[in-house]
Amino acid sequence: MHTISLHRRALLGGALASGGSAAVAALFPQWARARSAHFAGNSADALSGEDIALAIARTPFTLGGRTASATTVNGTLPGPLIRLREGQDVRFAVTNHLDVDSSMHWHGLLVPFQMDGVPGVTFPGIRPGETFHYRFPVRQSGTYWYHSHSGGQEGTGLFGPIVIDPAGGERVAADRELIVMLSDWSFMPPMEILRKLKAQPDYFNYQQQAWFEAPSGKPMSVADKLRWGRMRMSPSDIADVTGATYTYLVNGQGPDANWTGLFHPGERVRLCVINASAMTIFNLRIPGLPLTVVAADGSDVKPVETDEIQIGVAETYDLIVTPQDQAYTLFAESIDRSGYARGTLAPRAGMSAPVPALRKPPLLTMKDMGMGGMAGMAGMHGMEGMDHGAMSMRDPANAPGVALTPGVDMIAPMPVDRTGDRGLGLDGVDHRVLVYTDLEAPGPRADISPPTREIVVHLTGNMERYMWSFDGKRYSAIVEPIRLARNERVRFKLVNETMMTHPIHLHGFLFDLVNGKGDRLPKKHTVSVLPGGFVAFDLTADAPGDWAFHCHLLLHMIAGMFNVVTVRPLDGGAA
Amino acid sequence: MRYALAIPSAAIAAALWTMPALAQGTGHEGHEMSGMQMPGMESSQPVPEAPDKMQGMDMPGHPVMDHAMHAMPKEPAKPVPHMPPPPAALSGPAHAADAYYPDGEMTHARTMMTGEMGGIHTTLVMLDRLEAQTGKGGDGWAWEGGLRTGGDIDKLWLKTEGEGGIGGGVEDAEAQALWSHAIGPWFDLQAGVRHQFLTGPDRTQLAVGVEGLAPYMFDVSAAAFVSSQGEFTARISVAVDQRLTQRLILQPRIEANLSAQDVPAIGLGSGVTSLRPGLRLRYEIRREFAPYVGVEWQKQFGRTASMTRGSGGNADRIIALVGLRVWF
Repeated sequence: MHTISLHRRALLGGALASGGSAAVAALFPQWARARSAHFAGNSADALSGEDIALAIARTPFTLGGRTASATTVNGTLPGPLIRLREGQDVRFAVTNHLDVDSSMHWHGLLVPFQMDGVPGVTFPGIRPGETFHYRFPVRQSGTYWYHSHSGGQEGTGLFGPIVIDPAGGERVAADRELIVMLSDWSFMPPMEILRKLKAQPDYFNYQQQAWFEAPSGKPMSVADKLRWGRMRMSPSDIADVTGATYTYLVNGQGPDANWTGLFHPGERVRLCVINASAMTIFNLRIPGLPLTVVAADGSDVKPVETDEIQIGVAETYDLIVTPQDQAYTLFAESIDRSGYARGTLAPRAGMSAPVPALRKPPLLTMKDMGMGGMAGMAGMHGMEGMDHGAMSMRDPANAPGVALTPGVDMIAPMPVDRTGDRGLGLDGVDHRVLVYTDLEAPGPRADISPPTREIVVHLTGNMERYMWSFDGKRYSAIVEPIRLARNERVRFKLVNETMMTHPIHLHGFLFDLVNGKGDRLPKKHTVSVLPGGFVAFDLTADAPGDWAFHCHLLLHMIAGMFNVVTVRPLDGGAA
Repeated sequence: MRYALAIPSAAIAAALWTMPALAQGTGHEGHEMSGMQMPGMESSQPVPEAPDKMQGMDMPGHPVMDHAMHAMPKEPAKPVPHMPPPPAALSGPAHAADAYYPDGEMTHARTMMTGEMGGIHTTLVMLDRLEAQTGKGGDGWAWEGGLRTGGDIDKLWLKTEGEGGIGGGVEDAEAQALWSHAIGPWFDLQAGVRHQFLTGPDRTQLAVGVEGLAPYMFDVSAAAFVSSQGEFTARISVAVDQRLTQRLILQPRIEANLSAQDVPAIGLGSGVTSLRPGLRLRYEIRREFAPYVGVEWQKQFGRTASMTRGSGGNADRIIALVGLRVWF
């Protein structure tokens, strides 16, 4: 039997890659790359302590025999693991060796706003050749990540994991820890992807319903074609950017390279899963292994077992698995099933397990069109019998507060609370799927109180023009931030008026997801809002300053789905 | 349309505006109210307590049930009021970072940031049709393309099209420079100038029209022109892409040309001067690069047809064509 019984923070588990060339391997950080089996002990390569230097630079990145220039941190993609301890102070010296401005944002960390790293909101950015000194106390624990907030650089590799060990010891014991950082890589630069989408919004979609092809398995009836055509929308519009250009990566490695995490059979392994994609929502599963979710977005939750998780961009989940003496495939399918990221959990190097086939791409449903409010009502069953003529898909009365600009192609007629719903395309799956209502704080929280007011934010867009916005206004056209008074308790209600899932991130706070759990609401920093649905979260505005608030699909943010949340008064003289 | 063309161009524009396709969505970003997104603007109607009541209800004729449907099924029924922010929220500096960083630096960074998040400008060069045509009356070639550059709402749009005989050089060609402004989610209003290089005398015209996506995915373009000679003409084209497979696309397309008066100098009679229904089948090797084959019926009417016949041309013919659609 095994004698390993180390503390989580002393463990940075045996991440191993096979199949990569030496030149490729040089670009992966130690934690993501091949190493001798059963490594257990202090990570030699994780950056820790109070002074950490990070260098942003262009580095060649090779994938599938093709090499491109990536933007990296300390020369690797993903960047190095930053391992901190709750309660410590940390100083980051971030040097920009690019020829354009850059920045670093600590995603999910509660920092003073001027250390949050959003150019034009919290600081001026880091000019070429300059070093910016971040300094803040570490007030929390859990799995987080860091990424650039400039020029789409997070879409070209500028991101890495952060793990913070709790001051009081880990609540959930594990024998080993593995980091699983999912991402998407394209040889087409993000801005060129955006230009293509503005020219032709279905540019990357090769899974559309056609006269002689039905990738989702169900040929479309003429009546359905007409219904969707009349709305000028497509039921197969699931992901803007797909496997047609993306290779999906686990810890920087493509499916063929087969990143492998090693374990001793029977160990409790903690997987710190981070979705660092620019544009890809993943369905994550490990066939044969139940997943016990113990933390979401860095904060502990009451352990809940599941078989599959739809993980939005920028979300993190900590999972406990107990693998036996065999190999398992870690399979992260893109939401539109146009490709997958794949790795292996194995007791020995060189093993692999069957790789599941991609499932058929999903189609949008009536509920995704924002007609969920009619489900269960008399005579309303699915699309059939539905007279769309009586249903306006762009009625301002259904969303007061939205400016009906050219950037708004629809208003969901009857959006519903979908926190209890499975993610897009997972309704018919015959195993357990995590939903937001499964998440609950481990114990009663004293800091939960009723909000005094509600702020409704509508997520709006126009797929045909590839415009995205809040309340119908792109950030470039917005003049008014969302203003909070310091320490007031507010509820944000995010209403999705589009047919896409939007992972919405608010900087500076861990908000309380309103999912019916009373005084055990789970904390999150990013929340996926399903199409035609809404999500509410409460927060206490205890962090003065200006905070970015945006869709974490990179190109949605760049297209304008962004605003600033202000909290006043500021501290001391600055107020 | 024919009668509308006999009246001034403003009326033509008005007629185009009333096309059913335009009926919805004329939201104007320039007309946005800066306070629209203020929470206080939301209805302060309380959230009803028991969403269960909704079950079994008949559908109302018009679903103005917004707030009812927004009820939280699982939360205790506590209405959360929609109110403007407390006064403290409006205190302090407009931009918190100005207290920590030199003002000029933040101003610069803010400008950059604001431009980036929604203000991106893009440029696209299109060659929608570059084709060789063969049929009764001789072989020829034709092109239609352009360049558009700008943001989401306002763009500069240059268009060109023309045709010629094989070996005979360009016969008719035109170029347009248009300002294009989004007038709704689906349509742009376009205005500018057109110059026609014709076998007869050239023409320079003011152009005004609309272009966009009509219900049922029809790509529609309609424009009216008034020349420096005071002649009114118009052109409407409608196309729809039918996706046979992921890369094979059948495109029925029709173009109609109209004239409000006889213009013998350039061979036009009043009324519908020509119709060009066609069918093109393209294969997208890449989205930007698609060869195609097709057929087109080139039919002229009335005095336009007689004038063409009089000069030895063909006023009614079916052509076969092979071409290339490219954009970058």
